[in-house]
Amino acid sequence: MHPAKSVIFFTTASGAGYGLLFWLGLYGSLGLLPAGAWFAVVGFGLALILVTAGLISSTFHLGHPERAWRALSQWRSSWLSREGVAAIVTYVPVGLYGLAWLIVGSGTGWMAILGLLTALACVATVICTSMIYGSLKAIPAWHTRWTPAAYLVFAAMSGAVLLSLLAHLWGLPTVLVTDITALVAIAAGALTKFGYWHAIGRAAPTSTAESATGLGTATTATRGKVRLIDPPHTMDNYLLTEMGYRVARKHATVLRDIVWAAAFVLPLGCVFVALLAAGVGGMIFAALAVLSMAVGLAIERWLFFAEAKHVVTLYYGESAA
Amino acid sequence: MTSLPEHAPKTKLGLVIDLDICVGCQACAVHCKEWNIAGHSGPLPDNQPYGADPSGVWFNRIHTFELVDDETGDSRTVYFPKSCLHCEDAPCVTVCPTGASYKREKDGIVLVNADTCIGCKLCSWACPYGAREYDDDEGVMKKCTLCIDRIYNETLPEDTRVPACVSTCPAGARHFGDLGDPESEVSLLVAARGGYDLMPEQGTKPVNQYLPPRPKKVPAEPLSAPRLTRDDDPGEAGLLARWVDKMLSR
Repeated sequence: MHPAKSVIFFTTASGAGYGLLFWLGLYGSLGLLPAGAWFAVVGFGLALILVTAGLISSTFHLGHPERAWRALSQWRSSWLSREGVAAIVTYVPVGLYGLAWLIVGSGTGWMAILGLLTALACVATVICTSMIYGSLKAIPAWHTRWTPAAYLVFAAMSGAVLLSLLAHLWGLPTVLVTDITALVAIAAGALTKFGYWHAIGRAAPTSTAESATGLGTATTATRGKVRLIDPPHTMDNYLLTEMGYRVARKHATVLRDIVWAAAFVLPLGCVFVALLAAGVGGMIFAALAVLSMAVGLAIERWLFFAEAKHVVTLYYGESAA
Repeated sequence: MTSLPEHAPKTKLGLVIDLDICVGCQACAVHCKEWNIAGHSGPLPDNQPYGADPSGVWFNRIHTFELVDDETGDSRTVYFPKSCLHCEDAPCVTVCPTGASYKREKDGIVLVNADTCIGCKLCSWACPYGAREYDDDEGVMKKCTLCIDRIYNETLPEDTRVPACVSTCPAGARHFGDLGDPESEVSLLVAARGGYDLMPEQGTKPVNQYLPPRPKKVPAEPLSAPRLTRDDDPGEAGLLARWVDKMLSR
């Protein structure tokens, strides 16, 4: 699949934003983030910028961005529509919770209800985002439970690393909790990506050139293997540029190694050092973890698209997908 | 409404494509483009058609496959026209976030409303068959309309109210009709010839059906070209010609 930059930015940035909001909601409600108005301004501000910039960038690849509002209408059947609705609905608890934090500071009790609603709404939105891809049967590498699992865990992971940075910057007394949260989330992220790659590497093909054409199958009482000897057009068409993207597979191994290093190993090390170091050292290493993960997740998302093979390629010379 | 019609269409208009007969002449693809460039979903992009890097939207594409049996070494060439299959469980319809992509309850035809399409391309990702092509000029998705502007067009002579591809096929490899009616000509043809779905495992329940190539006829004796009469063999020539030949051959 063609990896559109706008969609890579949308899924990684909004994922990190919803992840941060999730932790602000959950840990705020549990009284683990004793911080005042400035923390709220920066925390909610950063999360909302990430979410909003991501959502706006997702409209850049549309043929008619001015009609984007129409995408809210088909939530009964379309995950893309559900995602749009969920994203907009999420602004309500987030806005109320952030405002309350701004005015009365973080707190438990009645504010916990808003915090937990915020966390829930974030989870729902990320699930909708992941299912836009996970629901597509024609792309077997996406049509797996690992897809929503990965989107959820990566959102939580990138949000946790951001929260750890904020906790270090504000010198919160609970910095140990946020650091350990980040470490656990990164470990979970690494496991999920390993599981995903393992699963798509072992999965039996969903469709073949034979099932795509019916030739060489019992249905048509013919025998043999199907081979494309003449494509229907001399130059790449929309189908091949959008769905027949092949560049990544050549470099997949190297890129996967870079993802391991940048998205998981380095951030894990940095957060661990930050946990041990206090003061400015902690801030610097927590910030390095964020930077490294941003690069790592961008490449991870690029690979998620570029490595996925669409079954339409079976009509263009691939033998299985 | 992007959900599939509440009541599954009883009429299922579609195509039956005979892979045994198709000769891969591309006439159906050319007529399709010619009609539809000015039809319901026209204009269609057609960039540098005679240049070095031609591109554009076509609703019908003809692939050529070879089926090779490794055991017997037997091989055969199959021309394979492919256009929208107007699936009963069309995934392109249910993923559409705006309702622009829809399936008609009246006849089962899958269409795109170009006025409400936002050009998100998700429908083209959801289609396993590559039936949808994006129009970069208009920023909306395009696809086969089963020539709704021909099949219901009362200004056309009645016998030409069939999709352009069907009307133009010189080999009679394409048939159009109601596949929801078990007594229709196309349904009977499908039943008689063992018509089948493409990628049934995708669960899309295509309306369009393909007819398999018939088994190859293997002659009892190997065929060879008839022996040609040699120029210097008088053979059955007349008396005078044989005498002249004999005289001059000395």
